[in-house]
Amino acid sequence: MKLNRKDILGIQELSVDEINLILETADSFIEISTREIKKVPTLRGKTIINLFYEASTRTRTSFEIAAKRLSADTINISASTSSVVKGETLIDTAKNLQAMNPDVIIIRHSAAGAPHVLAGLLKQSIINAGDGAHEHPTQALLDMMTIRSKKGGIAGLKVAIIGDIAHSRVARSNIYGLTKMGAAVFLAGPATMIPRNIEKMGVVVHTHIEEAIREADIIMMLRIQTEREKQNLFPSLREYAQYFSLNPKNIGLARKDVLVMHPGPMNRGVEISPDIADGPHSIILDQVTNGVAVRMALLYLLTGGSNS
Amino acid sequence: MNLLLKGGRLINPFRKVDGIGFLMIENGKIAESGMEPHRTGKSGRKGPPPDMEVLDLRGKIVVPGLIDMHTHLREPGFEYRETIASGSKAAVAGGFTSVACMPNTSPVNDNRSVTEYIRRKAAECGLANVYPIAAISLKSEGACLSEFQDLKDAGAVAFSDDGNPVMNASLMRRALEYASSLDMRIIDHCEDRNLSAGGMMHEGFVSSEIGLAGIPGVSEDVMIARDILLAEFTGAPLHIAHVSTAGAVRLIREAKIRGIQVTAETAPQYFTLTDEAVRTFDTATKINPPLRSAEDRAAIREGLRDGTIDVIASDHAPHARTDKEVEFDYAASGITGLETSLALSLRLVDEGILTLPDLIEKMTVHPAQILRIPKGTFADGADADVTVIDPEKEWTVDRGLFFSRGKNTPFHNWILKGKAVLTIVGGRIRYRDC
Repeated sequence: MKLNRKDILGIQELSVDEINLILETADSFIEISTREIKKVPTLRGKTIINLFYEASTRTRTSFEIAAKRLSADTINISASTSSVVKGETLIDTAKNLQAMNPDVIIIRHSAAGAPHVLAGLLKQSIINAGDGAHEHPTQALLDMMTIRSKKGGIAGLKVAIIGDIAHSRVARSNIYGLTKMGAAVFLAGPATMIPRNIEKMGVVVHTHIEEAIREADIIMMLRIQTEREKQNLFPSLREYAQYFSLNPKNIGLARKDVLVMHPGPMNRGVEISPDIADGPHSIILDQVTNGVAVRMALLYLLTGGSNS
Repeated sequence: MNLLLKGGRLINPFRKVDGIGFLMIENGKIAESGMEPHRTGKSGRKGPPPDMEVLDLRGKIVVPGLIDMHTHLREPGFEYRETIASGSKAAVAGGFTSVACMPNTSPVNDNRSVTEYIRRKAAECGLANVYPIAAISLKSEGACLSEFQDLKDAGAVAFSDDGNPVMNASLMRRALEYASSLDMRIIDHCEDRNLSAGGMMHEGFVSSEIGLAGIPGVSEDVMIARDILLAEFTGAPLHIAHVSTAGAVRLIREAKIRGIQVTAETAPQYFTLTDEAVRTFDTATKINPPLRSAEDRAAIREGLRDGTIDVIASDHAPHARTDKEVEFDYAASGITGLETSLALSLRLVDEGILTLPDLIEKMTVHPAQILRIPKGTFADGADADVTVIDPEKEWTVDRGLFFSRGKNTPFHNWILKGKAVLTIVGGRIRYRDC
């Protein structure tokens, strides 16, 4: 089976079959990263550009490693070192990159919809590596891959997503993905960080963490941006940590075999206590490992590979 | 040149005239109008004089020249977006014989010299009548009142800090009082800047899904509520610009019932589109106030139907490609509207929301009364400003063909029905497409 699309802009537009295809392909790629020589020639001669307008360690490195393990040539461009600082527009930058004939452009941008601008303009495949508070599809795919490998499936699971839903592209992509795959999704966070009418996305909304994580199979903690305090979205980090963190006390409300996830980077002691982050329930580093496989799968499928 | 327009459906809402009629234009003025058959004029002569061009307008609609009381002509200062000349061409092509232009130019129209400059430029290009709206506060900064009397003497027809709300309630109170003493109206762009801060689109389910920061409807409503209370307290008349929310319609309806002198306008985008249009991240859909929810759109339509909303104005906001061909977050707000406003408004007639005379009233008599300009009717001796509409003409919106420099429209490639085919300003044909 092939993936019949040029771009990966969001989970919203992916079908269940497409998600399954990506996850199965990713499963088959995981082994490559465990070899002595972690490289296959699949994408030899392909050029992949990482165009990052926002700081990133994990995602950018993960994409770069994924491309390199498939033998593609990779170029990293970050906004601070490109002509963006000279005032070039996104569209001009993109057209100039296109003129150099890359095969895939991976973009992260603080403005929602920026990857969609490129996708409409360029003939190259565009992968959204996070656009504003909109979507972060590869994160949701690696999360789903991780859940699937640990739990044997996604359908029927109870997943709680906790924190700043309003500003989180990770939350949106996971809501789309997990509900499509048949999980029951529960949200909790301060009322100031729950976007309006979000329940129409097919989720249950709570304002206390305890209600959302009760009997949960999976708890996904979101990073709290400390600058939100200044916008009066919560009174203080102290209060946030007290009422919305996942800690040894409240994790007992979840199922005994609950798995704890976090997209990183973590604020230890704010949204997640260190005991939990490093404890037996945590699969946070498995997420990172699977991220490479998922991105390898996407690069492979977008450049014409099929899952045989 | 003298003209006899005959055979068309003559609608003159001010006199409740609606029927097949004729209109005789002599020396730039309305010489005579009446119902067909046209027999003998008041002058007693039989038929039209020999030097008169006779236009047979069967199947067409003949209305007083349309007035768009909310446009941005961008000159002086932003000529790369629009000039008074290009905006005037767009106006007459859209069927508008008169436009009022907002003061957010550079420099801001907060003093006599800018008002006079706009009027002189408009006179030089000699197409549409251009009525400057002057700023409420110096530089529209919301701190000090501009010189209302001097601006009125220079030709300003109303006051507004459009683009910016007047956040200071005390300044708004004084502006209402002072303008009222001059028989002038304040037009407020109602937006609480603290509530709307950082927002890119309407706050609702769509913004929640696509992750763009929201501008809640209540940011408009709280300012309208405040302004209505101030209008009541001061007894001064108030006009609310570009109404976009259900809450606003309710507040204005209640205020009118209580006898407060409040009038309101909306724009075609607010009764045509919803926030669903923003899903594609097309920056042509970015406007302020933003495209609202389906419930808001329904309330706007009901407000037009029941008379709560007095005026349809385009909020013509032309932008250059450089303002719009960027990420949604960084794009300028605004839709270029003069050349699509009439056809989009005629859809309300097709959908049974307004009768044609009611629609024309909202685009002629009402804006003329609010701005206190001697326009909007076919009184004998009035300036011969006339718009002829072909209600059946189907056309495809092509932004490349706009006379306006602004090509920023979310209606590109829409097929619309109804178009101005003849625009007469002061007795002279300024646009002809028939």
